[in-house]
Amino acid sequence: MKTLAELAAIRDKMKDKVAIREGSDTTRIVVGMATCGIAAGARPVLSAFVEGVNNAGLAEKVTVTQTGCIGICQFEPVAEVFEEGKEKVTYVKLNAEKAQRIVEEHIKGGKVVTEYTIGADNAAK
Amino acid sequence: MIRSHVLICGGTGCTSSGSVAIKEALENEIEKNGLAEEVKVVLTGCFGLCALGPIMIVYPEGTFYNMVTKEDVPEIVSEHLLKGRLVERLVYHEKADETNVNTAMSLNETRFYKKQKRVALRNCGLINPEVIDEYIGVDGYQALGKVLTEMTPDEVIQCILDSGLRGRGGAGFPTGKKWQLARNLVQDGGKKYVACNADEGDPGAFMDRSILEGDPHALIEAMAIAGYAIGADEGYVYVRAEYPIAIHRLEIAIKQAREYGLLGKDIFGTGFNFDISLRLGAGAFVCGEETALMTSIEGNRGEPRPRPPFPAVKGLFGRPTVLNNVETYANIAQIILNGPEWFSSMGTEKSKGTKVFALGGKIKNTGLVEIPMGTTLREVIDEIGGGIPNGKKFKAAQTGGPSGGCIPASLIDTPMDYDSLLAIGSMMGSGGLIVMDEDTCMVDIARFFLDFTVDESCGKCTPCRVGTRRMLEILDKIIEGKGELEDIDKLEELAEYIKSASLCGLGQTAPNPVLSTLRYFRDEYIAHVVDKKCPAGVCKNLLSYVIIEDKCKGCTACARVCPVNAISGSVKNPHVIDTAKCIKCGACMTKCKFDAIIKK
Repeated sequence: MKTLAELAAIRDKMKDKVAIREGSDTTRIVVGMATCGIAAGARPVLSAFVEGVNNAGLAEKVTVTQTGCIGICQFEPVAEVFEEGKEKVTYVKLNAEKAQRIVEEHIKGGKVVTEYTIGADNAAK
Repeated sequence: MIRSHVLICGGTGCTSSGSVAIKEALENEIEKNGLAEEVKVVLTGCFGLCALGPIMIVYPEGTFYNMVTKEDVPEIVSEHLLKGRLVERLVYHEKADETNVNTAMSLNETRFYKKQKRVALRNCGLINPEVIDEYIGVDGYQALGKVLTEMTPDEVIQCILDSGLRGRGGAGFPTGKKWQLARNLVQDGGKKYVACNADEGDPGAFMDRSILEGDPHALIEAMAIAGYAIGADEGYVYVRAEYPIAIHRLEIAIKQAREYGLLGKDIFGTGFNFDISLRLGAGAFVCGEETALMTSIEGNRGEPRPRPPFPAVKGLFGRPTVLNNVETYANIAQIILNGPEWFSSMGTEKSKGTKVFALGGKIKNTGLVEIPMGTTLREVIDEIGGGIPNGKKFKAAQTGGPSGGCIPASLIDTPMDYDSLLAIGSMMGSGGLIVMDEDTCMVDIARFFLDFTVDESCGKCTPCRVGTRRMLEILDKIIEGKGELEDIDKLEELAEYIKSASLCGLGQTAPNPVLSTLRYFRDEYIAHVVDKKCPAGVCKNLLSYVIIEDKCKGCTACARVCPVNAISGSVKNPHVIDTAKCIKCGACMTKCKFDAIIKK
């Protein structure tokens, strides 16, 4: 290494990787991964979120994590999106394709995919 | 994409309780569950809460697991990493705070960490010390880059001067002033050296070890900055051979820094050269004294020499040398990056920044704590330390190890800074903080530390070699119940001679534990000498075990457990201890179910 620019490049590359340990105020996607969620197919949903966020180049701004049973087992697989200063959004009856769309439109585009939310599902009944 | 980091403590404490095996088990289990692409395992330096090791933290949640075993690993992976459910039984709860008992504590919310301010320890427990990229990811080597490209050596020294940083090894000499001396005294362009004192020897102190193990690059970066500031191109780290993990990580760090060109020739293309070598000490306490340390680096027997000349004038191989302690160096890059005002905004008027203390003895949260200077001893013991175990009363705290003194309970509100501690007859020292409860005999403690210095005296000068030995003999006499009142006067007289006539810091400070216990606990000495009693019930020769007749049921348990058959009596009749035979081991007292045996 001969220049400060090279040092800065390594820092920028690593910064995101270490940031996860500092509890920064990033957007969180939380996937319900209790027995009910896993049985309903939460695992591919989580993988799709992880992959989608990464492909979108948002790994430093978005964390994907799992949680236990939210208590709405009939809606599984469930994922909730928490954003700083906004109300949380609860997505239900997900699959890998829906997860990809959520990353594309909501996480990247900032527009909630209303038709997948719990409100939309309830209204349909 | 890695969505979760599992940090496992790889400090000496957690390593000896099995954290390396836990890490391997965790990696296997993660692989088995197909999570290798999502979860990363990182072995870090010390988190500080050594009493609860092995420690594991799972991010991004920040879940703090303590006392983890290898057997817990499958459950952690299947429950937490796979399903996102906390393994409740391993989560750290602060039982003192009942209202919060069911909340999974994240690190910074706990009482142990809340009042702490981690500057020197900032990366310990955060980064993998064996990967230079992780250090660079938390702004590592940015300060070196800034210094080399934007600042003159004089500006660097001014910055350290303005910050008010004082040596963390114990004496508290202003670091900037030391650098300035070394820079200005020799202008002939001759050889100069930068050295690091990592010969941490105070019983119970282990902050330097933690920094070396948890953040070795911070030391390397700071030494290079010091080299630039004073005009040196060579550095030595003198570290004790008893710190194998620290040495191993330091070696890795130096190698990686060389590969990246952060050590070596023409760093950042600025023409500045700097490299570091390690020297291992064989564990002689006196080698923590700066002149003895340098004599040892030069390849000679570790003995001190008179000062002046100070190392900044005539140090290693007779050349100007800046010698600082590990913790001092750990602050340097932060000061350069955040500015001297940031640093001097922490602490008290004359003691800036933070200080790391190794909390040990009779305290619940044994471990490393870093607090702003001026935090009171009460906050350290009651809040961060979690108080004294088993409902005992706080009696005194010893700071500064064998060179320091004790702080009695009446002075528990003393702010912990250089000057306040000196004013009450103790000293900051390297930061060992040993807490004592009501069961501690102060004469015995003074004897313990003096015994240590007698062992560790190098023998070069008479006051230290003979004087401390004579003091120890007097203390032994007192503890055995053969002391006379004039012995106390003799102790004080000898102490003054040793302090004023010894060659180096070891001898000059050796009498401190005796003097400060005499200052605050003179009545205990008098009880030993006049009443032939040890009020704390520690000194064996001054106490006897007695059976209270009324309480004894004659169960014979004590007689059976006595190793020297000193207890006699028939079944269902009160027993008697033969004090002539009794060796005062206390086994009978522990065994008795009826509290019928007492010490007096």
